[in-house]
Amino acid sequence: MKYYDKLIFELSAEGRNGYSLPKNRFPSANPLPKSLTRSEAPLLPQVSEVDVVRHYTNLSQMNFGVDTGFYPLGSCTMKYNPKINEEIANLPAFAGIHPLQDASTVQGVLEVYYNMERMLAEITGLSAFTFNPCAGAHGELTGLMVMRQYHLCRGDLGRTKVIVPDSAHGTNPASAAVCGLEVVVVKSKENGRIDVNDLKPLLDDTVAGIMMTNPNTLGLFETEIKEIASLVHAAGGLLYYDGANMNPLMGVVRPGDMGFDIMHLNLHKTFSTPHGGGGPGSGPVGVAAYLEPYLPLPKVVRCDDGSFSILQDRETSAGKVSGFMGNFGVILRAYTYLLMLGKENLRKVGEFSVLGANYIKESLKDLYKLPIEGVCKHEFVFDGLVNDGGHDEVHGATTLDVAKRLLDFGFHAPTIYFPLLFHQALMIEPTETESKETLDAFIAVMREIAREAAEDPAILQEAPHNTPVRRPDETAAARNPILKYTDSKPCE
Amino acid sequence: MSKIMEGLLYSESHEWVKVDGDIAIIGVSDFAQKEMGEITYVDMPEVDDEIGQGETFGALESVKAASDLYSPVSGVVVEVNEELEDAPEKVNEDAFENWIIKVRMSDKGELDGLMDAAAYKAMIEE
Repeated sequence: MKYYDKLIFELSAEGRNGYSLPKNRFPSANPLPKSLTRSEAPLLPQVSEVDVVRHYTNLSQMNFGVDTGFYPLGSCTMKYNPKINEEIANLPAFAGIHPLQDASTVQGVLEVYYNMERMLAEITGLSAFTFNPCAGAHGELTGLMVMRQYHLCRGDLGRTKVIVPDSAHGTNPASAAVCGLEVVVVKSKENGRIDVNDLKPLLDDTVAGIMMTNPNTLGLFETEIKEIASLVHAAGGLLYYDGANMNPLMGVVRPGDMGFDIMHLNLHKTFSTPHGGGGPGSGPVGVAAYLEPYLPLPKVVRCDDGSFSILQDRETSAGKVSGFMGNFGVILRAYTYLLMLGKENLRKVGEFSVLGANYIKESLKDLYKLPIEGVCKHEFVFDGLVNDGGHDEVHGATTLDVAKRLLDFGFHAPTIYFPLLFHQALMIEPTETESKETLDAFIAVMREIAREAAEDPAILQEAPHNTPVRRPDETAAARNPILKYTDSKPCE
Repeated sequence: MSKIMEGLLYSESHEWVKVDGDIAIIGVSDFAQKEMGEITYVDMPEVDDEIGQGETFGALESVKAASDLYSPVSGVVVEVNEELEDAPEKVNEDAFENWIIKVRMSDKGELDGLMDAAAYKAMIEE
């Protein structure tokens, strides 16, 4: 891979361009008042077409993505994004619409929203969805706004606490705090599941609800979910399901049936829309029937005559959470994915993702510490190397070093140092879209890295060796950040 | 092995206190700085800020994490260690030499609830 770090402005040469505008046929017309026109031309790069093409092609080659290699980034579900999703989303009838168009002119688009809502309701066991949140954490905030609105509308004003397990995604407590709720942490047991005995004393009339991920961030199914649900409900609280780990459950178990009242899904994880590189994302929020009046608006509804319209107002709604109805292009890609997969194959997503994760776990657990034995779901967590090569004055290789060394072999690094329950967490999620050959190649490299660590941890500590960018000095970058562009080229 | 300084008092959240009359000199333990890794920023209160025991008075940030600082005593901040603004790494170099804030205590009785060096040593070895 070649190193390329130019800005397009650095390619600019006075007077060069790659366009030709048509001759102005109305030279005397002055459509804009002077107060609105520029006094100076904007500072745009002056480049030819080939400059632009080479620039962005070179930049794109510096990237790593699911289209270039295996991406076992735990908790992120970096599954392959089928190209038919793009083909459908690029159809002009979909790509060319405007959110302010009259509903009668976009009936097909509204039908996609409506059908998608019905399919997600079926998959999750919940009743109604809003597609307005534009990402997972946005969905969490929206779900908590619905939860708060439900309590407020009942006149129950004292419910200000949200219970979050110590293994939760960091976004859970953050979303609760942004929503103005107080976070209370519930501990995990030795087996990685929520400690019901630790939960019980936290449940009183100040609890708005609990936020859970199931399977949790260790990839373990919360086996006591039914008891947890009845305890929380008995105390007047609601159950929020963080849909980040929905991948292994589709077609097998439904959050609604487990007792959850509100959830979000990450279409950019579970439903194969692009993830990373800015997405954009989509975090639809689903609720049980009795919470539907509190969902944000606007929302697509079906009229008695079979046509579709957009509901704009409802007194009990938690309010608006985005400009219109979320990222339609993403919802359309996810809709395409579901239609292509079909009901019968949906279950296989979970089966293959669980099989792949367990295959890697069992193939590596002699060399990497497995803190909790047993069958995992779609992902699992190691706690560093069994033999990190450290002795006397030699520091052993850490999880960070393993992750950096993986880059040398052309694999994206797994998630590291999360969840916080373990000091050297290394979280691996292969997803269902990888072949056995890919999994075997990854396992072989991980075994090779463990061998290197035991013999000479310095190989890992100085990695990556083969990538265009070597290991950055993160401490120096944080202590002395350079925040302003300067026209120097230190790398040449 | 983390260093533990005799003659200081310690909190469960790994702050140390050195008592000088009515003044509590507060920093973080060597164990805490090791857990944090290379510290990149120390967030501190303003002089004259009132703080209560157990309340957040600032934060440590490292490449790995950000962690709140909790005051072991109640009182008014009389001085902050301005050196740490430009040189947060001093906390890594010597966590006991480089104090973070000085507080004029409003209730010296609160000191009775803190641990001595031996009790703190037992806690972190657990």
